[in-house]
Amino acid sequence: MTYESVIGLEVHAQLATTTKIFCGCSAEFGGDPNTHVCPVCLGLPGALPVLNQNVVELAMHIALAAGCTIQPRSRFLRKNYFYPDLPKGYQISQFQSNEEMPLATGGGVDVPTEDGGTKTIRLTRIHMEEDAGKSIHQEAFVAAGESLVDVNRCGVPLIEIVSEPDLSTSEEAFHYLTSLHQLLVYTGVSEGDMEKGHMRIDANVSIRPVGETRLGTKVEIKNVNSFRNCQRAIESEIQRQIDLLETGGEIEQATMLYDPDRNILRAMRTKEESDDYRYFPDPDLVPLVVDHAWVERVQNQIPELPEAKRARFAEDYDMSADQIEVLTAGRDVADYFEATVAAGVQSRIAANWIQGDVMRVLNDRKVAIGDLRVSAESLAELIGLVDKGDISTSIARTVFDDMVETGDSPAAIVEKKGLVQISDAGELDGVIDQIIVDNPEEVERFKGGDQKLMGFFMGQLMRATKGQANPQKASQLLREKLG
Amino acid sequence: MADDSVFSAQTARGLVHGIRRGAHTAREITEEILAHVQNTNPDINAFITIDEEGALTAADAVDQKAAEDQALGPLAGVPIALKDVLCTKGLRTTCASRILDNFIPPYDATVVTRLRQADAIILGKLNMDEFAMGSSSENSHFGAVKNPRDQTRVTGGSSGGSAAAVAAGQALMTLGSDTGGSVRLPASFCGVVGLKPTYGRVSRYGLIAYASSLDQIGPFARTVEDAATLLGVIAGHDPRDSTSAHVSVPDYLLACQRGVDGLTIGLPTEFFGEGLQSDVRDAVMQGVEILEKNGASIREVSLPTAGHPAFAIAAYYIIATAEASSNLSRYDGVKYGFRDEAESLIDMYVQTRSKGFGAEVKRRIMLGTYALSAGYYDAYYRKAQQVRTLIRRDFDRAFESCDLLASPVSPTPAFKLGEKLDDPLQMYLSDIYTVSVNLAGIPGISVPCGISAEGLPIGLQLLGNAFAEETILSAAAVVERELAL
Repeated sequence: MTYESVIGLEVHAQLATTTKIFCGCSAEFGGDPNTHVCPVCLGLPGALPVLNQNVVELAMHIALAAGCTIQPRSRFLRKNYFYPDLPKGYQISQFQSNEEMPLATGGGVDVPTEDGGTKTIRLTRIHMEEDAGKSIHQEAFVAAGESLVDVNRCGVPLIEIVSEPDLSTSEEAFHYLTSLHQLLVYTGVSEGDMEKGHMRIDANVSIRPVGETRLGTKVEIKNVNSFRNCQRAIESEIQRQIDLLETGGEIEQATMLYDPDRNILRAMRTKEESDDYRYFPDPDLVPLVVDHAWVERVQNQIPELPEAKRARFAEDYDMSADQIEVLTAGRDVADYFEATVAAGVQSRIAANWIQGDVMRVLNDRKVAIGDLRVSAESLAELIGLVDKGDISTSIARTVFDDMVETGDSPAAIVEKKGLVQISDAGELDGVIDQIIVDNPEEVERFKGGDQKLMGFFMGQLMRATKGQANPQKASQLLREKLG
Repeated sequence: MADDSVFSAQTARGLVHGIRRGAHTAREITEEILAHVQNTNPDINAFITIDEEGALTAADAVDQKAAEDQALGPLAGVPIALKDVLCTKGLRTTCASRILDNFIPPYDATVVTRLRQADAIILGKLNMDEFAMGSSSENSHFGAVKNPRDQTRVTGGSSGGSAAAVAAGQALMTLGSDTGGSVRLPASFCGVVGLKPTYGRVSRYGLIAYASSLDQIGPFARTVEDAATLLGVIAGHDPRDSTSAHVSVPDYLLACQRGVDGLTIGLPTEFFGEGLQSDVRDAVMQGVEILEKNGASIREVSLPTAGHPAFAIAAYYIIATAEASSNLSRYDGVKYGFRDEAESLIDMYVQTRSKGFGAEVKRRIMLGTYALSAGYYDAYYRKAQQVRTLIRRDFDRAFESCDLLASPVSPTPAFKLGEKLDDPLQMYLSDIYTVSVNLAGIPGISVPCGISAEGLPIGLQLLGNAFAEETILSAAAVVERELAL
């Protein structure tokens, strides 16, 4: 039998705020255990949460970017369960029910499909919640049989982005996650640093025979920390479910954990053991009311989104499809490109430079474009020197490396290192004459019709001028002299 | 008993004035009252923790200020004690529970900060029903509080220590908390003034939660004026409590002089029905007549839902216990407080909570857990919230035609220690006239209005619309002045 898979994803993304969701403690990653804490995030008796407005703003940014509807009134609920890293014994979260709404509902994210088109993955909701702490068992300083708790992460603001079960393949899931990540980073809502756990994914996976309209029993894969792992986990789970059905088994509703090192799934709990979280509205927090003016203000702050930017780049600039992808992958790179063009560089040349040398340096040094010591204006100036014929493209590349290192202007480097291109016929004449004298054999062969030797002569000339000869001029003079 | 103490017989205003004049020092007041506390506490058991050192240090600081002619706060040198449900930095805060009997908060509740800023002297922490759950102050890990007016009787609860300390002259004023009547009931039973402010009037930050949507901190004092002074100090918006109101704080002391001329006072029919002891009714009507004599007009009103125990008591015990079941989840032995070591995490949880909580607290945690459980939520929690809305509407409608409502606080005066311990439902009915007030979020006071046949104090409950504490105080002051009990 042929099966199709039905996948829905719940993505937890950490918001890029400096402080926590319900107190003023730092939300920064790391820090010595239990140093970013106060009575509120420690859950001390008597302490009360107060909602950080910045968290709401950021959550509204991503919700509006994804086309969600902002609910005029939403509530925080308590999700009750016992766990050592959950100091209050409940997590403050939003949850959708008949009477309580989360911050945002509806909307969607476009993903590319195999046939080159796009497909919209609908969103169920986006809601805000607090992160829990961390239990520490394995570190060297923990005695055998003991567990320690680090509460630094408690209260770090998260949003949960819940999709409808609109994804059909593990690859689509991967594309969805990539698009969502891009959207989160574009809007400045999350830093999206996977290594710091800024995005964690739960995947709901079921299969059904092709043609069947009812959904199969779903299995939830919890807390996956990378997009590739998510793709692999979904693949494994689909295969496990197919194998089970093919051998006459039955799929049991369950929660699984994915072990990326061994590429296997382990059952966490089954439906019978599923928890009753006893959700109810948190009486310590008043309902969140978002008026139309607030929505409008945030809407106006949303930058051009990746899709619109790609379309505009294709329309406005002379560049390849590949370059569009590279140059719009991040807002900072796109802005850099546009600033270079604004400084007078032709778009194709700017695109070539940025896709080539600029990206090479960023990748080698693992830095963001904002950290580069070469501004878009300096890059434009460098390209201007090539245009004017002051330096060759290959010299320009060494000047660029120098600029990255020193932050000096291209003119200053060219000046300092004496790299100005030799276009003066008189000067080049002398060099060419010497080459002819030194290589009589090659001169004879060239004259005999071996045109390939032109490259040899150019090489000699470039070596003699340390690469500073103007290539067009040099080539023209060589032909005259050898001709 | 109060006569043992010279200073406790004065009002706060008198004490502060005396310090300013140099008639006495804060240290003299504090030393004397601490000695009185030490003498009387073995009988009354109102204090769980006595902080002699902290109190004397604070007193010396006040005297220093006075010596340097610095401005003194409105409670300078006034000996105050706190229900042990309010967090005090560096001073043990137990909630009268074994599970917190070693808990020392690293922070002050907002009301405690405000008391310190007002130069009050904090003497220590007061006994109560464990986690404020109870109507008799017998549910305490530290033993029952005894009524200073008759030591064979309860103080009422849950803020029994707060009422008893004032009645016994162990403190001039105290703070308690009122979730379903926990300030008004013990005030009535002990013959002192106890005010439950409007929900949101006083910050709950640092008040250890029982039921967050109902809890409110309130003052106890010997006089209406002192209660007004204390309310003025603790009231006002607090950015640390999202549910605290952005409503300016009026001059409550001034309100005590206002009188009741022209006010309309409603008597809810349902609060004078079956079960109300006749001497309690007589005392309450005595208070009402005084108000009428002073220019108020009296009319009967109906609170069909709020006055019906089947609705009010039931809704209260579902909402309060549901919130409590969640609020008390944090006491798990992991981070602070009592822990019963065990092999596994789950055993540690179970043993810690089984041994750490008393019977009434466990009963309420179970009730609340049940009410919130999947499959029962709609029938219990949601239904209770709907009843709560109807109760609010009852009061809204009553306040369309009345400025105040007057009623008894409880059907009987203080009952005997142990009398209702084995009958939780009888105990719950002590709060029959008080719980709906918390469900509606409105303010209420208990002011002494008479003495029972057995010589026990009886309180008159006066209820106002939200943020109408001034009206309540003005009427309570009239009753107090005219009766001179």
